[in-house]
Amino acid sequence: MSIAELKAKHRLIREWNYTPGQIFRGYNNRTLYVNLTDNTIAEKPVTQHMKDKFVGGKGFGLKLLWDGTKPETKWNDPENEIVISPGPCAGITQYSGAGKSLVVSISPQTDSIMDSNVGGYFGPYMKFNGFDAIELQGKAQKDVIIIIDGRTNKVTIEEAPAEAMDSHILAEQLTEMYALDEKDKINIAVVSAGSAADHSLIGMLNFSFYDPRRKLCRLKQAGRGGIGSVFRDKKIKALVAIGTGLKGDLNNVADMKAIQERGQRFNKEMKLDDQQCEMRTKGTAHLMEIMNQYDLLPTKNFQYGRDDSQIANIHSEVFKSKFTQTWKNLEGCWFGCSMSCAKAVDGFELKTGPYKGQKVIVDGPEYETAAGLGSNCGIFDADHIIEANFYCDTYGVCTITVGTATAFVMECYENGILNKERTGGLELNFGNSSSALELLHQMARGEGFGLIAGKGVRYMKNYFAEKGWGDIKFMNDIGMENKGLEYSQYVSKESLAQQGGYAMTNKGPQHDEAWLIFMDMVNNQIPTFENKAEALHYFPMFRTWFGLQGFCKLPWNDIEPENNRQTAEPAKVPEHVESYVIIYNAVTGNNIDKHELIRQSERVYNFQRVFNIRRGYGLRKHDAQPYRAAGPVTKAEYLSREAFYDKQLKELVNFDPAGKSLEERMSVMRKYREDRYEQLLDAVYERRGWTKNGVPKIEHLKNIGMDLPEVIEVVRPLQ
Amino acid sequence: MERTITVNGNVIEWSEGMTVADVLNVMKYTFKLLVIHVNDEIIKREEWPSTLVPQGAEVKVIHLMSGG
Repeated sequence: MSIAELKAKHRLIREWNYTPGQIFRGYNNRTLYVNLTDNTIAEKPVTQHMKDKFVGGKGFGLKLLWDGTKPETKWNDPENEIVISPGPCAGITQYSGAGKSLVVSISPQTDSIMDSNVGGYFGPYMKFNGFDAIELQGKAQKDVIIIIDGRTNKVTIEEAPAEAMDSHILAEQLTEMYALDEKDKINIAVVSAGSAADHSLIGMLNFSFYDPRRKLCRLKQAGRGGIGSVFRDKKIKALVAIGTGLKGDLNNVADMKAIQERGQRFNKEMKLDDQQCEMRTKGTAHLMEIMNQYDLLPTKNFQYGRDDSQIANIHSEVFKSKFTQTWKNLEGCWFGCSMSCAKAVDGFELKTGPYKGQKVIVDGPEYETAAGLGSNCGIFDADHIIEANFYCDTYGVCTITVGTATAFVMECYENGILNKERTGGLELNFGNSSSALELLHQMARGEGFGLIAGKGVRYMKNYFAEKGWGDIKFMNDIGMENKGLEYSQYVSKESLAQQGGYAMTNKGPQHDEAWLIFMDMVNNQIPTFENKAEALHYFPMFRTWFGLQGFCKLPWNDIEPENNRQTAEPAKVPEHVESYVIIYNAVTGNNIDKHELIRQSERVYNFQRVFNIRRGYGLRKHDAQPYRAAGPVTKAEYLSREAFYDKQLKELVNFDPAGKSLEERMSVMRKYREDRYEQLLDAVYERRGWTKNGVPKIEHLKNIGMDLPEVIEVVRPLQ
Repeated sequence: MERTITVNGNVIEWSEGMTVADVLNVMKYTFKLLVIHVNDEIIKREEWPSTLVPQGAEVKVIHLMSGG
């Protein structure tokens, strides 16, 4: 069907005209509200109070979601919302990594608050079209697209029955449909999910950015927590933002010169990239052999941290050879980003699935994807990883989640919890590439064992136990989820701080709050509970700030200024922190310092914790971790590092392992590690100003200026 | 004095003529973003192969974060 024929099948449901936006210092001071049940389209004001307390990005998302839902709202209730907000600094092109959006919703996986950050053009274009956020509520009767048209200043809801569901086709169709000509395609941004998001709880959202050199749409993902499944439950096929072209200062900032100066300084630093992380040539895949070297690369469902015999097959040089190395490698997911880590494999010929034989572009794989779909499933095959990456993206499911869920299935299979009969014929041993891919195709088709795996690890554990297939205690130990969300791809066993960095997160175990493994496990910089608690205060608060503003985390510490090593706290990259303070002030005209930066985050972070509590979560028991995250569950795991663990027993636990049975050694080790995690919780809660049950204290909320009546009402009975 | 040095709190064997680069090899530290102190003195990257680590030294090899 031609693009014209696809468009002819659209049926206009609602059209709403708006006055053009007038951004002043990073804000339009209004958000867009769309209700798909009654087809309301409206704007809402952004008050000074909202900016002071919630800043933007995730803060705005949480505020709107709090106001729009009830404590008992379920993920698939019409009143659940998806909020996308880029933040006040989003869209500047003079400093690298400033095109991010934050997406929040009530998650089908955790039944609580999910946030996921993403690049691509939609967030900034929506902002330049006049809105600081879009709030999607209600459910459509039939598949719809929502178009925010900056050319005509109209928002429309249209039934769109004929376009493809899978993102690699849909993004191209809608870009072609709404662009005036080839040159204009760069002004079109599409948000979409995919066919697996229809049949699973782990759906994600693709945000497009048009690549004029390749003449193709590229895709970035808001992956975590099933927000793509919420999107499809609302029968949204796509969002489209039609931009009108970029100019130098669309944010109407307070001090452009200051931003330019910091931007130029950063661009010069990027010349060091070849000697540092090689982000321009490898992206985050540069981490593959590093994580293997330090026993951090999840292998076979996080049992092990390395596989020296096979790492060469998924070494970063392998991915580098497969990524197209373009002119100066300037490939960013937003304009002006000199980090340019958005790598892609061109002309990849698919070997399986509905698009078998076709040559496609694959965005990535990034480290998390390669580790999750590869080593963690025991599949050390770069082409498998690229193929699975492509299908996860176009089907609209999270690569991290699919990786961890498949790895769990494989360990269950190898332990007899699953077998061929129970999986409908799939032989899901570790290393079985074809079965892993077929499982993914089943998710997209909504059939077979793929329907079960697509509900995530927490669901599977309970389902297998109810069926009498396996011991729930063992599955709780090896099922790598916390709060219902699957772990991202680092082995945390030997870093107590990272165990907290994962399991004490607001949304579930994603590394975007804190990555402390080197500081803790390798550098031995934070040996005491107090040290670890300080790190688990500072870094989550600092990193939350990126998601309030529209910044990407990577330019913060995937490149270091030459003199960073001479600073007092090189792990914080002080010069970059200073740059962020300067840029925020230069955009907004405010005057914060690095302490107020943390305070901005602390307000939103605590609000999110209280939001979880409002929904019946967010307490100490919800910060519990599976034992696999903390120590060796199986004999094979212990024996794989027997001398190392025995030494720890002797030196740290004061327990002589000589002559003791393996079971006894494992039991003593487990008690030691579980006790230490409890002590860590105490220390971190204390540092964060929370009670021993993990509830923010009223006094602390007052101190940070987040003592809003609705917040106090939730925490008061729990003090 | 024992023929040892301390690296990030771990005691390892010291040998005559041991350089900073040798220490990294022994510890299998392959990460690129490192800050190295020997007895509280920062050693520049270009000096790692030639800088001798004295017996009993306290070496800090600070891996800066990336990725994650």
